[in-house]
Amino acid sequence: MKQPTIKIESLSTGYRGKNNVTIVARDINATIHGGELTCLLGPNGAGKSTLLRTLSAFLPPVEGSITIMGRNLNDYSDKELAKAIGVVLTEKTDLRNMSVEDLIGLGRSPYTGFWGNLHDEDRQKVAEAIEMVGIEPLRERMIQTLSDGERQKVMIAKALAQETPVIFLDEPTAFLDFPSKVEIMQLLRDLTRTTGKTIFLSTHDLELALQIADTIWLMDKQKGVMIGTPQELAGNGSLNSFFSQRGISFDIHDVEGSLCIIPRTK
Amino acid sequence: MRRPVISNMLIITALIMVLFLLNVALGSVSIPTRAAWNILLGAADQDPIWTNIILKSRVPQTLVAIVAGAGLAISGLHMQTVFRNPLAGPSVLGICSGASLGVAFVVLLSGSIGGVALSRMGFAGDIALTVGAIAGALAVMALIVYVSQRVKGNVTLLIIGVMIGYVANAIIGVLKYFSVEEDIRAYVVWGLGSFSRVSGNQMSLFVTMMCILLPLSFLLVKTLNLLLLGDQYARNLGLNIKRARLLVISYSGILVAVVTAYCGPINFLGLAVPHLCRAVFRTSDHRILTPACVLMGALFALACSLIARMPGIEGALPVNSVTALVGAPVVISVLFRRRKEDTAE
Repeated sequence: MKQPTIKIESLSTGYRGKNNVTIVARDINATIHGGELTCLLGPNGAGKSTLLRTLSAFLPPVEGSITIMGRNLNDYSDKELAKAIGVVLTEKTDLRNMSVEDLIGLGRSPYTGFWGNLHDEDRQKVAEAIEMVGIEPLRERMIQTLSDGERQKVMIAKALAQETPVIFLDEPTAFLDFPSKVEIMQLLRDLTRTTGKTIFLSTHDLELALQIADTIWLMDKQKGVMIGTPQELAGNGSLNSFFSQRGISFDIHDVEGSLCIIPRTK
Repeated sequence: MRRPVISNMLIITALIMVLFLLNVALGSVSIPTRAAWNILLGAADQDPIWTNIILKSRVPQTLVAIVAGAGLAISGLHMQTVFRNPLAGPSVLGICSGASLGVAFVVLLSGSIGGVALSRMGFAGDIALTVGAIAGALAVMALIVYVSQRVKGNVTLLIIGVMIGYVANAIIGVLKYFSVEEDIRAYVVWGLGSFSRVSGNQMSLFVTMMCILLPLSFLLVKTLNLLLLGDQYARNLGLNIKRARLLVISYSGILVAVVTAYCGPINFLGLAVPHLCRAVFRTSDHRILTPACVLMGALFALACSLIARMPGIEGALPVNSVTALVGAPVVISVLFRRRKEDTAE
């Protein structure tokens, strides 16, 4: 059931300048599976956003290759990419005077014609996306009247309306209060189960990620990327070593299958 | 949702017709509305002086106001969307300044170097002005399009545009300093903006050009709607950002260049009308905003043109003074009312 949808081979991410190349992370080898929620964790500056930008084809890889659904990312045209990958970004869109429904409708752009008019099928998909995220009451609201959490759900619904097998989210839980964080993470995990989509997100909410994600990527400047289920990473000491290099020690307890992290007091 | 949009559009269209008639009927020479109406319908038995005034002066001027207003409003809408900045407008990118620079070169240099005062040359002088303005505006626009393909941030691009405007104004200042008073006056008069400067063949050329250019704006609605989401989201939805920017900036640049060449730099209208439309129609959707801006721009320009030629005022007031004096309070009050409704929700 778990299909590998994304294959990353000896990938180095970074920026190409005029005569120099700044490498942010090097030699990443990994697969991301469909029907799973994968969380990317790491300190600020570890290269999480750069990796996500590279995977979303906003940034060309410095080295190596990314294969999505059996095709190299470079071989996708703009239009095909829009039907393969949906993104939810950290940047807050400064939209006014647009209803939630219209915004989600823009997610249908890769499928609509010259004028961008929605047909019955598109409206149906928008309605389904709204239902999946559970924001029916917000339908008619204007974007500027929404809270941060509601707005994030709208952007997720936009990505769902886009009907892509892959969704990348850059820190979708940042700026949210705790219940909203939990809600968004659970929503995303449930979506991988019901739709079989591949969802990959970066986050700073370590404990939440350990409890909800299927697979965790720990990203670090020195050690590169470590990948495993939360239990594996806790068991083989990766989690501990990941923290200890920052001079902080934690106790990780496995409480009935879900991991708890307790900072060690001196 | 749809019904108020359509009825609003109809109301604006009706108002445009009323103002069109008023523009034709009112002026420094008073002509009875009934006679004006008959002349418009082609009656031959009317006073020939009245017929002349209406067909040769007032109707052309009114048509010019309609297309110029629509053009500036559309270009303002496009610029505000592509730069994602509510203060962007036709004059911000330095395109207006480019046109002014072109005109300044023609008017001021020909006087001081060629020894011919263009201000006295009449028709040929008019054409030279138009050519100068279009050349200047297109030169600045080409520069900005070139820069837009190389810089990433919209704010950077906007700042570069503003800087180009300053440089153009500085050069104009230098040219003015070395020019004779008469030429400076000609330049200043052009700079006040006017819908009545264009006449005869040039008027038909201008109106025809605008009638071709304006419908093209509808080709960009999907692009503009995607740009609303921000560059990255738009890209993710399959939009080629570089090409989109190139198209939108060139298109609105050409609109401004043409309007400025024929009517002088008209401020405020291009900035204000899109805001007015967003507030009235309560939408950011360009499928609605594009026709709304065409109509509202035309309406606004007609109102200003009417006020500029109110009976009792000899000649005509500078359009630039009227646009801001009439428009600013209207826009501010509309925005304030909307703000209140937003917070009340």
